[in-house]
Amino acid sequence: MELQSLIYLFVGLSFALYIGIAIWARAGSTKEFYVAGGGVHPVLNGMATGADWMSAASFISLAGIVSLKGSDGGAYLMGWTGGYVLLAMLLAPYLRKFGKFTVPDFVGDRYYSDFARTVAVICVIFISFTYVAGQMRGVGIVFSRFLQVDVNMGIYIGMFIVFIYAVLGGMKGITYTQVAQYCVMIFAFTVPAIFLSLQVTDTFLPQIGFGGSIPFQFDDGIRMIDSGTYLLHALDTSMTDLGFGAYTVSHGGTWNVFMLTTALMLGTAGLPHVIVRFFTTPTVKGARISAGWALVFIAILYTQIPAVAGFARLNLIKNLQNVDYAKFVNNEIEGNSGIWFKNWENSGLIAWTDRNGDGKIQFASGKAFEGAKGKPKYAEGRGASGERLTANPMPSHTANADEMRANGKIVNELYLDRDIIVLANPEIAGLPNWVIAIIAAGGLAAALSTAAGLLLVISTSISHDLLGNVLMKDPVTGKSKMSEKAELLSARLAAIVAIVVAGYLGIHPPGFVAQVVAFAFGLAAASFFPVIILGIFYKRMNKEGAIAGMLSGLIFTFGYIIYFVFMGGDKADYLWGIAPTGIGTIGMILHFIVAIIVSKITPPPPQHIQDLVESIRIPRGAGAATH
Amino acid sequence: MNKEAAEAYWKENISLILKLLVVWFAVSYGCGIIFIDELNAITFGGFKLGFWFAQQGAIYVFLVLIFVYAKKMEAIEEKYDIHE
Repeated sequence: MELQSLIYLFVGLSFALYIGIAIWARAGSTKEFYVAGGGVHPVLNGMATGADWMSAASFISLAGIVSLKGSDGGAYLMGWTGGYVLLAMLLAPYLRKFGKFTVPDFVGDRYYSDFARTVAVICVIFISFTYVAGQMRGVGIVFSRFLQVDVNMGIYIGMFIVFIYAVLGGMKGITYTQVAQYCVMIFAFTVPAIFLSLQVTDTFLPQIGFGGSIPFQFDDGIRMIDSGTYLLHALDTSMTDLGFGAYTVSHGGTWNVFMLTTALMLGTAGLPHVIVRFFTTPTVKGARISAGWALVFIAILYTQIPAVAGFARLNLIKNLQNVDYAKFVNNEIEGNSGIWFKNWENSGLIAWTDRNGDGKIQFASGKAFEGAKGKPKYAEGRGASGERLTANPMPSHTANADEMRANGKIVNELYLDRDIIVLANPEIAGLPNWVIAIIAAGGLAAALSTAAGLLLVISTSISHDLLGNVLMKDPVTGKSKMSEKAELLSARLAAIVAIVVAGYLGIHPPGFVAQVVAFAFGLAAASFFPVIILGIFYKRMNKEGAIAGMLSGLIFTFGYIIYFVFMGGDKADYLWGIAPTGIGTIGMILHFIVAIIVSKITPPPPQHIQDLVESIRIPRGAGAATH
Repeated sequence: MNKEAAEAYWKENISLILKLLVVWFAVSYGCGIIFIDELNAITFGGFKLGFWFAQQGAIYVFLVLIFVYAKKMEAIEEKYDIHE
């Protein structure tokens, strides 16, 4: 079958499956809407958590980041998995025993303060919206490239699908849909990974092939790499030749890798849409095991990602270096079709400019395009080989290009967006059409599952925490004045509003979607992680300490990121040289220190709160979640 | 459950968590970040050891840690008769 028909078939089938599940698993009560009735089997819950957690960023961008950063990409791999160890030991079981629906529930009850609850709600909404905007963008990219529809149309379709199963099914619908989405996603990632592993290293499992050797020889532009060389040695040699620096050696500096890993780990453990997954298991024991299963399902993908990153990097050098552009894109080279190259160039994610006028692509380190953050600015018309023309000025270092060439160096002529590594990989490697088609379905599954989980957290925060527990609270009884039915309706309405806002953010991205991810993790690490840990492990922690800690962690982290990312702060002024992506770690430490000092000089929490802390530490008697 | 037993149970839980977190820190921050260059001197197959920990090994150890914790906690809870 044609590639295009195959893509429609696979994507259409997967969408039909999600909608079918949504109809089957409609939520009838707030409990089903918020926590799926608290009765999801730990293995299924782990699978749903995996799908919820692995977003468009994990599926589409992460292999690209690792491929680009080499050894330092480990910060993302360890950071986004290591947080689950903290979740399993320090958070999930106690929050499950606490037995409410949301993170602001815990903060508000444990610190007997509606002010603390409101701060928590604002954090949840902010973190979740930054995250969801990125997902909608991911949906748009996949649609525009694979389904040949407009990006905005793609986002509308995505909004409609999420609308159906999030609004109808609530947590119950989302959980079971996510189980299906996990299966689609993992199949879509694993099949091409195995193909690549067989092709590049003659080994079935990518995790093993990563350490294997290449069964072919290739020219990196400087020298011939022999067949039988270990993949990673071949990468080290060729990347050093091309001026990138060895693949397996850290270049980012221990300090910044350390801070980034910590912010990602603690951020993972503090993200509200992840934490809420552990409210859905039937028991405390189930919450612990479920964190383990979630990591099993995440690890299946995360151990393949660095392998795919390595295969992709090698394939890029092997297939692109010194290849004749016109012949390549017109599919005139045996076993190395460049149709993908032309497609992505047309989508604006690849650009080539023939600096030395030999009609061949040269690929090395250094910017190929000056200005616009190194991205190409396309101009009208086509060049001598048929490439898209660009309007960027010549990069400064190419002023001495002749001298570089005379010294045996290669001058870079190529711009590649890192987000295309996973999406273009199967085409670069010349894999069969059906493999390419399932990648499209997989990318959509990854983006939609995460978007749905986030939207649910947002709608729950508005209907349950803000309306139910703050605005509509009965001052006498301390309970919500809304009936169960009214709350369920308001949750559904809030979900609709959240979907519309998310869609708007996807269609009109604030232009800094990539940077705001640092926000989500930094803020989660600096706000929720410490306040929850102290609430469980430090009985003396009181309202005053918690509020002071949350505010100082938040304001510090928020201010630092705003100043350095959005107000053009100079790198030279970084506090202890820490990049904004890792600053949540310092915010977290600040939070702990301020909270403990303030709580020491203010009165201890009331007796019933101390009893509450005692009770969440003991697993027995974890009933179903209640209001 | 009386207060002494609850405290003893909590102590055992904390000491188990601390032990496992030492391993967690050692494989990720230790092997994968701080001593990565030193460990890279050791190779097996095509892998340098430090690089392998940062991109593969740490994740496998994380998995083992969670299941060890869940298993041991079950035994501790049986002992104090507070299992569910």
